Amino acid sequence: MLILECPYCGVHAEETELHAGGEAHLKRFGPGSSDDDFENYLFMRENPKGVHFERWRHVNGCGKWFHAARCTMTLEVFGTYSAQTTEPPKDICDKISAKRPGWSWRNFS
Amino acid sequence: MSTRIQTGGRLIDRTKSVTFKFNGRKLQGYAGDTLASALLANDQMLVGRSFKYHRPRGVVASGAEEPNALVNMGEGAFFEPNQRATTTEVFDGLTATSQNHWPTLEFDVGAINTYLSRFLPAGFYYKMFMYPRAFWKHVYEPFIRQSAGLGKAPKQKDGSDYEHFYAFYDVVVIGGGIAGLQAAKTAAAAGAKVLVMEQTADWGGRAVVDGAEIDGASADAFVAATVAELQAMDNVTLKTRMMGAGVYDHGYLLGYERVSDHDPSLAGPRHRLWRIRTAQIISATGAIERPLSFAGNDIPGVLLASAVRDYLVNWGVSIGERTIVVTNNDDAYRTAIALKQAGLSVPMILDARKSGGGALAQQARDMGIRVENGKAIAKVHGGKRVTAVSICDQAGEGVVLDTIGCDAVAMSGGWSPVVHLYSHCGGKLNWDAEQVMFRPDLTRMPTNQNGQGFVMPAGTANGEMSTAATLADATARALDVVAALGKSAPTLTAPTAASEDAAAIEPVWMMPQGANIKLRMKSWLDYQNDVKVSDVQLAAREGYESVEHTKRYTTLGMATDQGKLSNINGLATLSGALNADIPQVGTTTFRPPYTPISLASIAGSARDEVFQPIRKTPMQDWHMANGADFEPVGHWRRPYCFPRAGETKAQAVEREILQTRKSLGLLDASTLGKIIVKGPDAGKFMDMLYTNMMSTLKVGKCRYGLMCSENGFLSDDGVVARIDENTFLCHTTTGGADRIHAHMEEWLQTEWWDWKVYTANVTEQFAQVAVVGPNARKVLEKLGGMDVSKEALGFMEWADGTLGGFDARVYRISFSGELSYEIAVPASQGRVFWDALLAAGAEFNVMPYGTEALHVMRAEKGFIMIGDETDGTIIPQDLGLNWAISKKKEDYIGKRAQERTFMVDSKRWKLVGLETTDGSVIPDGAYAVGEGVNANGQRNMIGRVTSTYYSPTLGRGIAMGLVLDGPDRMGETIEFPKVDGGSITAKIVDQVFYDKEGTKQDV
Repeated sequence: MLILECPYCGVHAEETELHAGGEAHLKRFGPGSSDDDFENYLFMRENPKGVHFERWRHVNGCGKWFHAARCTMTLEVFGTYSAQTTEPPKDICDKISAKRPGWSWRNFS
Repeated sequence: MSTRIQTGGRLIDRTKSVTFKFNGRKLQGYAGDTLASALLANDQMLVGRSFKYHRPRGVVASGAEEPNALVNMGEGAFFEPNQRATTTEVFDGLTATSQNHWPTLEFDVGAINTYLSRFLPAGFYYKMFMYPRAFWKHVYEPFIRQSAGLGKAPKQKDGSDYEHFYAFYDVVVIGGGIAGLQAAKTAAAAGAKVLVMEQTADWGGRAVVDGAEIDGASADAFVAATVAELQAMDNVTLKTRMMGAGVYDHGYLLGYERVSDHDPSLAGPRHRLWRIRTAQIISATGAIERPLSFAGNDIPGVLLASAVRDYLVNWGVSIGERTIVVTNNDDAYRTAIALKQAGLSVPMILDARKSGGGALAQQARDMGIRVENGKAIAKVHGGKRVTAVSICDQAGEGVVLDTIGCDAVAMSGGWSPVVHLYSHCGGKLNWDAEQVMFRPDLTRMPTNQNGQGFVMPAGTANGEMSTAATLADATARALDVVAALGKSAPTLTAPTAASEDAAAIEPVWMMPQGANIKLRMKSWLDYQNDVKVSDVQLAAREGYESVEHTKRYTTLGMATDQGKLSNINGLATLSGALNADIPQVGTTTFRPPYTPISLASIAGSARDEVFQPIRKTPMQDWHMANGADFEPVGHWRRPYCFPRAGETKAQAVEREILQTRKSLGLLDASTLGKIIVKGPDAGKFMDMLYTNMMSTLKVGKCRYGLMCSENGFLSDDGVVARIDENTFLCHTTTGGADRIHAHMEEWLQTEWWDWKVYTANVTEQFAQVAVVGPNARKVLEKLGGMDVSKEALGFMEWADGTLGGFDARVYRISFSGELSYEIAVPASQGRVFWDALLAAGAEFNVMPYGTEALHVMRAEKGFIMIGDETDGTIIPQDLGLNWAISKKKEDYIGKRAQERTFMVDSKRWKLVGLETTDGSVIPDGAYAVGEGVNANGQRNMIGRVTSTYYSPTLGRGIAMGLVLDGPDRMGETIEFPKVDGGSITAKIVDQVFYDKEGTKQDV
């Protein structure tokens, strides 16, 4: 029963208000892409013990999709941010670096 | 015998007697009794039978940890199995029966299992029921099913009410003993909003039973004063009969309040589930005493030493006249002393420690009790009741030194802190070898969203065993919590208690230390599931090293008590057998709830019509008044058909179809999803959503479209109307509206967020009616107001206007193959519009029809239905819908996936029509078989039916199905075996059975 702050409406929403949407920052591969790229995009997902970036939707609230950075081990939430970006914002990465020095996730660190 | 003694009993009111029934026998107790204490007061020691061997079982504990005293409670709509007698308060009229025996508690046939126990070792089920394979269905499974379960399943619907309650606190203290109360007082004094919950009806915990002294007065006085102080504070809520059931992520806590279990005459719900969010939790849950593992430790009359003391002090009940105490620590001496003070006989204290006990041991000796150091129980004698105890050296192999008559044994193997709530959300433990217990590691606490610890153990739950240390720890831990909340520490004088001179506990995992196999086979670890020391040792010999695997193999700790008494002893036995350290073996996972909570409390008030509200169209009242037979579609209830008096459903469907095809039918299509997509980039977005080219659709026109998931699979279909240059209206399936709207939003918000598009789900804004049949135009012309001629409003066009005074949007689309108009009016006018159509259509004998007629008519036309022809593995190409897939577009959702090798495989089953050779109807879900057999010796499958109906129009069975090479096999027959033997042959035909040219809909 996580609590995440919706970055759009500011509500500290409980999990029952939210819908989990899997891994964040996927790059879409469409027609013309290689089989490997497409397979990676459609099926391959991170399953980290530690820092993770996820998509969530404030479905029983303002309806907006957003991103959350959190630790899958300790349930600590490093921050939530707009879904309309291709990478985590610097202030959140800095916050993670302060708490989990040396972290990396896909090509972010 | 166990009986009520003349004096004592802090919790009972001897002026108020209550009458209750156990196994049909009327018994007396006092207000304040638990069912267990009242039964014991009536010498009802035998309370049940064990699960596997059906051994006689008596009460062994006095609280939530009780494994044996489980009873069927109540009757009829208020019946509930597996209720613990030790946590059930008696009331006038209580009815209980014992469980797991046949025919009676005293004489049980299943007890034969105890003589077969050599043949029922650990893992028996896994070993025994493997072979021969054929025995499973008719011999093994019926046998296991008959033996499974403890209590009976309720036969009636639960007659009580339940509710949820949401609450928010800074600090929740779980446990109302001296540590919990002291911690609550400290946190409350700092200004925190505090809830204190105690699972029993009374405050004080163990300290009040043990007669501790605090601040120079009795613990009772300290508890009364502290409770009064807390009650007077506005920022404190006190709750008894409420258990901390589970701790979850980010300070979520379930509190289980038993509101009226103790007095069913009280108004309100029976149970209330508190769904709490709190910044900090203080777990002051105390400790549970461990049994000792000696032969016969399960015979009724052998109890935990603390339980013997509880029954005596709290309820004035003596377990026996002669009680032998056996221990490896000082605490059990308190039981001997209390018994002696009450005038009962304690023939001997067996202290397994060679060096014996401390101050309490001296006190016992001074009272004239015989204390034997380094001695142990070799064996308990008795069947349904303890009769004697044979004693031996703890260090030896069980050579009997003496046998002493007694009718009760009070045992103590030390104490285990209740770390369950601390551990639910990931709190880690350390093994404290000195105190022989697992205790919380405060450096590895469960953490909240800020990375801060949020479950603080305090007092005995934190491993502090003396009164003084418990109080000091409760204060200190509460101050930690106050600091974590960012509040300043209050000025309080901490209560004090005298330090106790106790000798150290010594680990005793087997009694005697060198017990032979005969003794070990009678030394119980888990009473409820009949797991013995020998079983765990056998599991270790057979290679079970993980404590989690051993648990599942032997069923140790898997009973309703979840190993509250057995886990530590079990894992210590395992570590001994593996020659490993206890911390290396570790504990099994602590999972919520702490003790079982009622399923009904989890449902709360969400049952019957409240469980899932039904969505209703504006015409629902008419449907109900006119005898509609409803079926669930999504959250809607749609009329399946409208049977008339004396008509079967099949007859009604047939009438509805024939009259619609012949003259005029009406369908309430309001549930159809309606989503508006609007904005400068709407066309671009629509081209991505649909497989078709939607951006070229002209204003005023409609087009049937397909939507796929990014996996390529067909997800939804429907007619799109272009409203203006920037606006589309998308019709979705009834069940798909919310899902498709969410799908659109997901892509717009997370992938194409720079596109200027808005969506709105307007499904419930409009009532929609399909006016269908050769007379459809006539009835609309009769209503008048707009030109609905073929010239003004052609097939697959739409127009706004007024019809009979109603603001209407009219779509000329057809799902039945007939001349058809779908008319949307504002939802508020839906019912009057429906009535107007019925009135105007009367001269054409208008026929409202339901979903089944809709389905049959679309199947006659060969139209697909999402969920029938599709199942999440079907791509549009499988269904011959290539005409609806744009070849000009570079991209759409699912396009890349449909290029994958197995998606373009020519061997994918393809949709065809099926015509049975004898005119019968192929059963739903039937498979077609071809030549040869597969690896399992089954006929090879070459296809399956997706839709199958009796067609009233054609007077025969028709079907659609997916068939291997189907479209290339037109005219061939294939075979569909039936469940009851025999088979149906069907000819592969074109899927359009009715009006192939489509002339009827385009007139």
